[in-house]
Amino acid sequence: MVGVSRSVDDLLTPPLTLRQLMWLRFRRHKMALFGVAMLILLVIYSFGGAFFFSEAYANTTNTKMRLQPPMAGHPFGTDTVGRDILARTIYGGQISLIIGLTAALVETIIGVLVGALAGYYGGLLDSVLMRVTEAMLSVPQLFLLIVMAKFFGGQIPDLTVMGRTFSGSVIVIISIIGVTSWMYLARIVRAEFLSLKENEFVLAARAIGTPRWQIIFQHILPNSIAPIIVSATLGVAGAIGTEAYISFLGMGVRPPTATWGNMLDGAYNYIETAPWLWIFPGMLIVLTVLSINFVGDGLRDALDPRSRAT
Amino acid sequence: MTRYVIRRLLQAIPLLLFISMVLFVLMRNIGDPLATMGGRRVTRSSDRERLTRQLGLDKPLYVQYFYWLIGNDWTKMDLDGDGVAETPGRMRGVLRGDFGTSLVNRGKPVLEVIWERLPNTLLLMITSEVVVILCALVVGVYSALRQYSLTDQIVTTISFFGYSLPIFFIALLSIYIFAVNFKRWGLPYLPAVGMFDPQVGKTPSQVILHMVLPVFSLSFIYLAAYSRYIRSTMLEVLSQDYIRTAKSKGLPRRTIIFLHALKNAALPIVTVVGLDLPFLLAGAVVTERIFAWPGMGRLFLDHVSRADTPVVMGILMLISIAVIVFQLITDIMYAWLDPRIRYD
Repeated sequence: MVGVSRSVDDLLTPPLTLRQLMWLRFRRHKMALFGVAMLILLVIYSFGGAFFFSEAYANTTNTKMRLQPPMAGHPFGTDTVGRDILARTIYGGQISLIIGLTAALVETIIGVLVGALAGYYGGLLDSVLMRVTEAMLSVPQLFLLIVMAKFFGGQIPDLTVMGRTFSGSVIVIISIIGVTSWMYLARIVRAEFLSLKENEFVLAARAIGTPRWQIIFQHILPNSIAPIIVSATLGVAGAIGTEAYISFLGMGVRPPTATWGNMLDGAYNYIETAPWLWIFPGMLIVLTVLSINFVGDGLRDALDPRSRAT
Repeated sequence: MTRYVIRRLLQAIPLLLFISMVLFVLMRNIGDPLATMGGRRVTRSSDRERLTRQLGLDKPLYVQYFYWLIGNDWTKMDLDGDGVAETPGRMRGVLRGDFGTSLVNRGKPVLEVIWERLPNTLLLMITSEVVVILCALVVGVYSALRQYSLTDQIVTTISFFGYSLPIFFIALLSIYIFAVNFKRWGLPYLPAVGMFDPQVGKTPSQVILHMVLPVFSLSFIYLAAYSRYIRSTMLEVLSQDYIRTAKSKGLPRRTIIFLHALKNAALPIVTVVGLDLPFLLAGAVVTERIFAWPGMGRLFLDHVSRADTPVVMGILMLISIAVIVFQLITDIMYAWLDPRIRYD
């Protein structure tokens, strides 16, 4: 009889909203929760740490203290010109996280626009946009990035935001990462639009004379939001990794602005003698990328359960 | 099928033209190839002018692009700067298989420059790909057969780590552990840089020894993604009706797994492998830089930094062609392996 009374209770409780359902599914993904916690800690580390060290301190060189191993005054050691690595990972973290978020935003905006226009309008516009997408996919991203980083490098002056000076190369890196990584998202969005635009609600909206941009952005886009959110989340991880690659090759953000990536530049000359140069920024990159990937995986389970093969 | 292949090849032509145009414009604007030609000495301005004319850099960008594309042996060039074109051009153009000559290694044909490095990169790439596929098959099938077991969970977690690791980090870490610390502890250690020990010479055993760490780093990254993929396709196939039928017929487990399940599960993997192969070349850029491996990736970095347009364009065009060809081969393979797929 217990079973019956429980099912009656179930009938009486109000049905779960979509949001609650998503949270229920997300909560079940233990690694995603771990990822969220980790990300919160990383944000506290790189933005809260700024209260303990000034940026000027992070950029202060002291050649008498070159390549010091971790010790009391410098828990993470010092780099090749005697800057404190702990302070630099804090300020570098800010820039790396900002680059990750904004580059993913650029990527998402381009990807959604291209995918939506190609999918909705079809025809000539679709073929042109898809040929461009294919062309971009035919050259591996890293090669494109290197050529573009060289092309735009040094063309944008340093800028001052809220009393802090940022190297203009931050803007360059954000734009070129965004511009070279939107293609997969554009394909996903296009496929979503192709099937969604055949639905009756689109026909109805069109019949009552809704403007086209409203149909695209208010009627169809919200229905394809799940894969876009997942892809944008993973895009943040991708952008942080990409920034690290390009900075590692010495073509990324220019000093003195620190990022986790450019702290690794030249570190391979010190693999043997000064491992603390690359271990700390490297670990932070790995932790961040890993956590975001976990969150992205959890979001996929929560928002878009059908997309899972297993 | 033939019609499909021809159509795809025809579609590739405007694609490649578009790519080459954009890349050419970008390349020509990233730096001055003459800047490093004089070595440490500053190039005299008269020499600079002469070199600019000889290399054809004085022409407008679109003319340079056309010379690169279709050659200039049908016209005459003005090399001495007196306003009279008298010397016939010698470039035959990419369309006739001439990628020009390197600006940095003066006069050396681009294809020769690339050809010297390509085998080294292919050696690294193909070995890594083989290692990845073999290991991923073992790992993926094993964890699919024992879904949610302890081993499966460990493998899944490690593969997530591998998937998130940037390749330079695993490369630096592996050098630190297997080359630096093993040496420090007096254990047999692995060499970390180069392709062979110059004191021993380029013997096969030396090359193999020097390949261990780069191949390990490259494989670790890709192994993660591949084994996850194989695990999920295997799980999907194992839940199919024909597997149940095979089981109830009393077929041996081994036959079911390898003949019935794996053969079908391998289908989507063909796509992934085919599409990834050319991109392995890109993964090699960082790996070759760290391990000082004399391959295409390092060639690319060296020549980009000196604005050597012909060599860089050559590398990029070859890779783009490889991507397009491998996509086509993958599609054909797919149709051949799965007769349900028709392209016409």
